[in-house]
Amino acid sequence: MNTQFWLVQAFNGISYGALLFLVGSGLSLIFGVMRIVNLSHGSYFLLGGYVALSVIHTTGSWALSLPVAALAIAAVGIVMERLFLRSGGALARVRDAVIAFGIALVFRLMIGRILPQIIPGPLGSIVQLALVTAIIAVPVYFLLRRISAIPIETDVLRQVLLTVGFAFLFQQAALDIWGGNNMDIVPPAELTRSVVVGGIYLPLYRIFMIAMAVAIGIALWLAMEKTRMGAAVRATVDDAQMARGVGIDTNRISMFIFALGAFLAALGGVIGGAFLGIYPGLDFEMLPLAFAVVIIGGMGSLGGAAIGALAVGLADNFGKALFPEVSYFTLYAPMVLILAIKPTGLFGRD
Amino acid sequence: MGTQRIKILIVAVILVALALIVPKSGSFVVLLATRAMAFAIVAMSLDILLGFTGLASLGQAAYFGVGAYLCAVLATKFHFGLGWDFWIVVVLGILIGMALAAIFGLFAIRASGVYFLMITLALGQCVWGLAYRWNSLTGGDNGINMSGRPNFGLDLSNEVTFFYLVLAFFTVSLLLLYLLVRSPFGKSLAGIRERELRMQILGYNTWLHKYIAFIIAGGFGGLAGVLWAQTNGHVSPETVVLTTSVDALLMVVLGGAGTLVGGAIGAAIVFGLREYLSTLVPWWQYVLGGVYVLTILYLPTGLMGIPERIRQARARSKKEPSQSGDAKKLASVPS
Repeated sequence: MNTQFWLVQAFNGISYGALLFLVGSGLSLIFGVMRIVNLSHGSYFLLGGYVALSVIHTTGSWALSLPVAALAIAAVGIVMERLFLRSGGALARVRDAVIAFGIALVFRLMIGRILPQIIPGPLGSIVQLALVTAIIAVPVYFLLRRISAIPIETDVLRQVLLTVGFAFLFQQAALDIWGGNNMDIVPPAELTRSVVVGGIYLPLYRIFMIAMAVAIGIALWLAMEKTRMGAAVRATVDDAQMARGVGIDTNRISMFIFALGAFLAALGGVIGGAFLGIYPGLDFEMLPLAFAVVIIGGMGSLGGAAIGALAVGLADNFGKALFPEVSYFTLYAPMVLILAIKPTGLFGRD
Repeated sequence: MGTQRIKILIVAVILVALALIVPKSGSFVVLLATRAMAFAIVAMSLDILLGFTGLASLGQAAYFGVGAYLCAVLATKFHFGLGWDFWIVVVLGILIGMALAAIFGLFAIRASGVYFLMITLALGQCVWGLAYRWNSLTGGDNGINMSGRPNFGLDLSNEVTFFYLVLAFFTVSLLLLYLLVRSPFGKSLAGIRERELRMQILGYNTWLHKYIAFIIAGGFGGLAGVLWAQTNGHVSPETVVLTTSVDALLMVVLGGAGTLVGGAIGAAIVFGLREYLSTLVPWWQYVLGGVYVLTILYLPTGLMGIPERIRQARARSKKEPSQSGDAKKLASVPS
């Protein structure tokens, strides 16, 4: 263990921290604004990687896959937040319709599987599937309207559980669409080279990751500190009720932040997919790490997320290199201590 | 009081029916029921925290896991617990669950709400990390394969005999937990759930109450872990992974938090759906995820809450028969 070992490990840790910053900062902002822990954040990471794989597969462009995947998952985040993390409003009907359609489709497919003779296919099978599904969906829709969702906005536990339910749905969707194999995102050849600095080989890709995280971090910081929207977000983090009182549309802000969080996580998935790989189960592996970042850094604090990401990246790397048998323990035990001493995290505001 | 007796009677009838019907339904059902009942004990122990004390724990798999690993390590490394000393392992499993909860509780009980959720998650991850990485003790990712179940006159390698044993443990756990929540201690837990500050003002040491509840839940988790290890003959980090804790939490919510049997019903439904659907369609997890989302959105009190919701709906429509249409419209669109 010479200086070179320490330098290489530190570099690896910092670049891993850069990746964790992308995942953790979104989770932190979502917590700050909405007071919920988004347990489907790991899924956004995984789905981002998968969407990027598809984009690369069809267009061959890695650079294009970054924005496309991030925007696609941001859209998923918006739909989830608008339709499911709030109960009332005009969109309640849309949500009930979506759910009714989903139930009807499952029902129809189940009937087809268990009793194939009940529904013979006189029409084209897709048309028949759509027709039968629609016929089942209508009564289900009216039943759901009658039951009506119990308001969920103020119930943090139910919101959190709902995001877990979605994490399971996303997991299955990813398995269905992309299969169960371990896949790799291959970055362009220019980024796979290494540069030699002072006798140490540094992969260019890891330098790119750090640069990307720094750029995004600065952009986020500027947006939060210098723009009107950022001020509104900060006000909502500090005191949502007061913010509403002075005329800030916290409803819109929570949608915006949720989309931003999903965007960043998906971006992390695309970037991280090149050296972690993209495989089923990655979602629930990233989630606790993102948690560690948020907890160490403090919830709702961008600077805290950066420090937390660095700390977790370094702790993870050095832990695995120095004490492989207890490496995860050395990562999560400090997290417990921090939470026990200061529940809002090291840099969190109460 | 009358309805309470009827409820107990229903549960007793179901248990007797299980004991009579399951052994005759083939080895697949026997194993399924055994696994569901072993896991139902964790779900019920979690209900003590979630439903009766108002603490949502995302780390219940930790106690389950240490119980399971204890059983597996003793059996494979020390050949202990293969005969009558299985009962010692059961006691040790309960004790190690309680001991771990006693340590973790010192960190966790201070927090509440989402913070409690996160700290229990972190604690659960600590245990998972050790199970996953501590190769020399836990076998790392591969886990530990156990060779056969104990035999102490009763040969537990017989699936039906083992089913009866787990059913007995399940019944005793249900009974003990029921007595716990009906006791004055259980009542004060409910008081803490409703309004902790008021309980403090009344002079209750709410921290100690929550701490004891946490330890009791850990003990039952450890017991369930021992049974789980013996059921599967294999223990791996899967046992302590985050999704296992999440599963237990969702089972309780699905069945109905604060009802005790809700956790068991949730476990039965989840295990049943999983095994049955996975033989039927490859996309079974959509159904499970969908059931979770629907329950949380439309039935926050769980399946056990359905009668109450129907009663409420009836009372509402009786009260305003003339303008029930308008009332419904208002109720469904909260401002």
